[in-house]
Amino acid sequence: MILDSLAPLYAELSLAVFAMLLLVYGVLQKGQVARKVSYGALVALITAGMFLYAEPKEHVSLLNGMFIHDGFAVFVKSLILLGTGAAVMLSIKYMYEEGFARFEYAVLMLLAALGMMLMVSAGNLLGLYMGLELQSLSLYVLASIRRDSIKSAEAGMKYFVLGALSSGMLLFGISLIYGFTGSIDFAQIASVVSENGASNLGLTFGMVFVLAALAFKISAVPFHMWTPDVYEGAPTSVTAFFAMVPKLAAVALIIRLLMGPFETLTDQWQQIIWFIAAASILWGGFAGIAQTNMKRMLAYSSIANIGFALIGLVCANDEGVGAALVYMALYMVMTAGAFGVVMYLRRDGLSAERIEDLAGLSQSHRYLAYIMAFFMFSMSGIPPMAGFFGKLVILKAAVASGFYMLAVIGVIGSVVACFYYLRVIKVMFFDGLELSLDKVPSTSRQIVVTICALIVLFFVVKPEPFINMAMQAAQMIS
Amino acid sequence: MDISTLHYLILAALLFTIGVFGIFLNRRNVIVILMSIELMLLAVNINFVAFSSALNDITGQVFTMFILTVAAAEAAIGLAILVVFFRKKGSIGVEDLSSMKG
Repeated sequence: MILDSLAPLYAELSLAVFAMLLLVYGVLQKGQVARKVSYGALVALITAGMFLYAEPKEHVSLLNGMFIHDGFAVFVKSLILLGTGAAVMLSIKYMYEEGFARFEYAVLMLLAALGMMLMVSAGNLLGLYMGLELQSLSLYVLASIRRDSIKSAEAGMKYFVLGALSSGMLLFGISLIYGFTGSIDFAQIASVVSENGASNLGLTFGMVFVLAALAFKISAVPFHMWTPDVYEGAPTSVTAFFAMVPKLAAVALIIRLLMGPFETLTDQWQQIIWFIAAASILWGGFAGIAQTNMKRMLAYSSIANIGFALIGLVCANDEGVGAALVYMALYMVMTAGAFGVVMYLRRDGLSAERIEDLAGLSQSHRYLAYIMAFFMFSMSGIPPMAGFFGKLVILKAAVASGFYMLAVIGVIGSVVACFYYLRVIKVMFFDGLELSLDKVPSTSRQIVVTICALIVLFFVVKPEPFINMAMQAAQMIS
Repeated sequence: MDISTLHYLILAALLFTIGVFGIFLNRRNVIVILMSIELMLLAVNINFVAFSSALNDITGQVFTMFILTVAAAEAAIGLAILVVFFRKKGSIGVEDLSSMKG
C-alpha cells in the first residue's frame, strides 16, 4: 500500500495533521483556548517523536529522492521536537502574562518544527527550499505576534526583510547550482561535482550564495546584524525558541549540504566556514560586552556559540560533525534554561530585561539565582558544567584535524565572552537589591528550567552515551 | 542577434542586483523593500526558466512554480506585518524602524 511506503514520513505527516486540526479547533472554539491548543501541540510533538523512533534508522530515500531518512536526521529531529516542546512549555504562562495568548501561537510553532524537520531530511534543493520557507514564514509571524508592541512589530519587520533577502540569495545560488550541474538532486549534484566540480566557477558561485543565505539563518558573522534587534524585540518565549531550535536545524542543514553534495569541494568551503566561525566567535565575544539588555546579551552569546559549532564543521570529518551536534544540543539546553530564568523576571507586571534588573536576585529568589549561575558558568565553559564538554569536544576535534589557529581563536573568544556571563553572576550575587521582582509561579516553566539545570549540572557524571550517540549520527549522513 | 542563455543570465543577475540594492539603498518606505524582494525572486525565476530550457529539463520550471507560490505567501506575511507596524507607529518609513539600537 502506498501509505506503508511513506512510513518514514509519518512523523512529519502527523505533525502537519495535528497543526491543521488544532488550527480548526482554535477557530471553532469560542473564548480563550491558547492553553488547550498548547497542550495539544505538546501531544502532537510526542506523537511525532513516537513515529520517529518507530522507524529503523537505516537510510531510506522517499518521494523521488526529495526526502531522506537516516540516523543523522532522526538524531537532529528528536532534538528539534524536544526543543520545540520546551519552547511551548516555556510559553504557556508567559503568553498570558504578556497578553499575546492566541491559539495560533502554538500552531505556528508546530509548523515551524515541521519545516525544520523537512529541512533536515531534504534530499534535493526543492525540498530544502520548501522546508526552509515553511520554517521562516512561521518564524516571521511568531516574531511579531505581540501586536500591541511596537518593538515586536519592528522585530518581525526586520526579521522578515533580512530573511526574505537571504531566501532570495539562497534561490539565486540554487538556480546556479541547478544550471551548472543539471540537477537539483543531492546525489546527482554530488556525482557531477566529484567529476569536474573544482573547475566549475558557476557551481562555486552557487555554493557561496547558498552558504551566505544559510549563514543568515544561523546568524553567523558577517550576516548577524538582525539577531540582536530581533532577539530584543520579539517576546522572550519566541526569542528562546529562535535561539534554540531553528539554529540547530540550519546547522544540520549546512552539515547535510557540505558533507553531502559538496563533499568534494571541501577545500573551497572550508575557507569560508573557517572565516565565518572565527569572525562569529570574536564578534560575539567582544560586542556582547557592551550590552545592557539580557536578551541582546544572549543574542551575542548565540552568535559566538554558532561560531563554535562551525569549528566542528570546518574539520570536515565525522568527529568534527559529531562535535558540532553535541555542542548545538548542549547549547540548546543552556539557552532554554537561561531564557526560562529571564522569563521569571517581572516587575509590576512588566518584564524586566535589563541586566541590572537581576541585582540582588540571590536575596529575593535564591533558587532562581543559583540556577541562573549554573547556566552562566556552563555557557562560559567552566567545568564541570555541561557547556565545558561542548567546548571540549569541539576543540578536541579542531586540534585533531590540525586547525590550531582556529582552536586558539575559540579559546580567546570564550575567555572574552566569560566577561559578560560572569557579570550576570556578579550582579545577581554581589549587587544590592534595589527593587524587588514579582513572584510569578508557573509549573511548566519550572519543569523546563529544572530539567535544563539538572542536565547542565549532571552531564559530567555520564557524558559518553550522548557524545557517542552524536558521533554515530554524524557517521550516518549519506 | 540571437538571444542566448547567457543573455538571460545577465538580465537575471542585473535584476537581482537591482533588487538587493533596492533593499539597502532605499531610505524611504518599506513597501519599496517588499517590491525589491519580489524583484529578486522573479529574477531568480528567469534564471530557472533559462536554465530549464537550455538543459531541456522540466525541473527548473517546476521549481519556478513553487517559488511563485512561496513568493505570494511571503508577500502576504510581509504586508500583514507591515499593517501591524503601521497601526502602532502610524508610518511605514524605513527610518522609523529604529526603536532598537546597539
